[in-house]
Amino acid sequence: MSMPRSASAAPPVAPAGVAPRPAPLREGRPPGVQVEGLTLRYGDRIALGAVSFEVGAGELFALLGPNGSGKSTLLRILSTLLRPSAGRALVDGVDVTAHPAAARHRLGVVFQAPSVDGRLSVAENLRFQGYLYGLSGRALTARIDALLERFALGERRRDRAGTLSGGLRRRVELAKALLHRPRVLLLDEPSTGLDLPSRQAFWQTLDELRAENALTVIVATHLMDEGERCGRVALLDRGQLVALDTPGALKQGLGDTVLTLEAPDPPRLLALLAERMGLQGVVQDGVVRVRGPVDPALAARLLQELPADISALRLGRPTLGDVFLVRTGHAMAADSSGDRTAESTPGETP
Amino acid sequence: MNEGTERGLGRPLAGEGAPPVPSGTLLLLPTWGLFARELLRFVRQPGRVLGSLGTPLLFWLLLGSGFGKTFQPPGLAHGMDYLTYFFPGTVLLVVLFTAIFASISVIQDRTEGFLQGVLVAPVPRLAIVLGKVLGGATLGFGQGLIMLLLAPLAGLTPTLPGFLGACGALFLVSLSLSALGFLFAWRMDSVQSFHAVMNLLLMPMWLLSGAFFSAAGASWWIRAVMDANPLSYGLTALRGALHPAAERAALGVGDPWVAAGVVAAFSVAMLLGAAWVAARPERG
Repeated sequence: MSMPRSASAAPPVAPAGVAPRPAPLREGRPPGVQVEGLTLRYGDRIALGAVSFEVGAGELFALLGPNGSGKSTLLRILSTLLRPSAGRALVDGVDVTAHPAAARHRLGVVFQAPSVDGRLSVAENLRFQGYLYGLSGRALTARIDALLERFALGERRRDRAGTLSGGLRRRVELAKALLHRPRVLLLDEPSTGLDLPSRQAFWQTLDELRAENALTVIVATHLMDEGERCGRVALLDRGQLVALDTPGALKQGLGDTVLTLEAPDPPRLLALLAERMGLQGVVQDGVVRVRGPVDPALAARLLQELPADISALRLGRPTLGDVFLVRTGHAMAADSSGDRTAESTPGETP
Repeated sequence: MNEGTERGLGRPLAGEGAPPVPSGTLLLLPTWGLFARELLRFVRQPGRVLGSLGTPLLFWLLLGSGFGKTFQPPGLAHGMDYLTYFFPGTVLLVVLFTAIFASISVIQDRTEGFLQGVLVAPVPRLAIVLGKVLGGATLGFGQGLIMLLLAPLAGLTPTLPGFLGACGALFLVSLSLSALGFLFAWRMDSVQSFHAVMNLLLMPMWLLSGAFFSAAGASWWIRAVMDANPLSYGLTALRGALHPAAERAALGVGDPWVAAGVVAAFSVAMLLGAAWVAARPERG
């Protein structure tokens, strides 16, 4: 099933002004991240169940899933904060459990919670960060100057970080994480608390950085559109890896269109669809989503056959959310308990 | 359906071209950075300066003057003002308050996310302990020193060796309280729960150190608690350095050198304890 990276289908949608580039391959370098049979158990609960994948050097990779899917757990293991119960994880060829210090030199991490000290100036934040990585003196100053210039923070270098806007503070976070020239950058929900323009700018910066430095970037997110921006996406649900491929390839199996139906009585409509049309779907957030490839002509037929049971009908392009729905049987937006999701299977029709 | 499982198994997990591992962890530079950050944060929060210096000063003036000569702890030298008796304890209180604020900053670092950034850096936990504890101890010492300079106002005029001895005692007490605070604060994720520690442990430690009343007139079990209280020895060392010989004898102050030794041993124990809690793996 897995396809080689070089033959991957549609490249991720790049923001305007940035040409989409293939991930630069580095000869003789180990993959950015390798994860093999990674498992984390809390007593009986499995937070991460034997997850395996590989991220190439220079790749932009998404861990996509709802809260509790295990993506943050995975990121915490990769960043050496949590020890796995079983399996192993390698960052730039270094085992994070066996050699945490060596792995930390190779890692830059931007957490969801800001790590910038609001009482220190932008430059001071970077200086103290440098000390943590053994940088000092002129080399550190030069590196700080370069990063401040790169992130257009030069004029704010003496300002307290606490006085910066959310978007600027996130840029300082990014500068902090890149100060020691890591090989792999881990980002946990990078858009949290950012408005739309700041989000766009943040992603554009990421794309540029990756192109400039062949940096491996792993983004943990619950936002579909952020997954769409990545070269490959790992869909996680309840600690399991449910799918892994390029966004294009993941959506390919769904056809060109996805059908959503609004109904006065969604469960009844679901039953009718299964009974009369042989269609399967789920009720999610009060609407019926029909599974699988849908022929647009079917829409018209449905309105004719079930006039009283359908109040509105929508045909759209599939998203990664639809992929998630099809692979897991429940929606991304709903919490992972899946309480709001009722699934229809042929044998169950009333 | 699990494509990811197939992927990655084909290649050797340890890349042949793996770069040489950089020189492990560093101790001195990160410790210095975390230490300097403590001092910088302190001067940027005037409220902390005011709270840890002003409150004890107010205590001293109000309680000291309020009790005046009506409250005479047994053993108080005849004619010695309560303001004089209470002064060394007030210096300890300044140190204690500063240590409490420093410990709260450990919790804030955790809740505000700063700590996470340190934990993923190639920094040994010992550097975090040393940076924070030495930072807190320096601040406590500095604040205590400012208070100490007011000693003549309380009728205490130590000799130069006495003053230097008092500085030594002050630093040891600061170090031990700062490490003790770190020990409790490291695992906590709310400042509220630290208040319980403060009210149940740190304040009673101070109240039962002999700062407020002397052990001579207390019931036997209070005396036993006071004897076991490390802060009592800090106060003994401080009184030994500050009070003239006649007052020391009248107050029944023990050997300050022995007391200083006890505080030094307690500091080492607390530092080891702090290093031990910090070295344990983080919870999920």
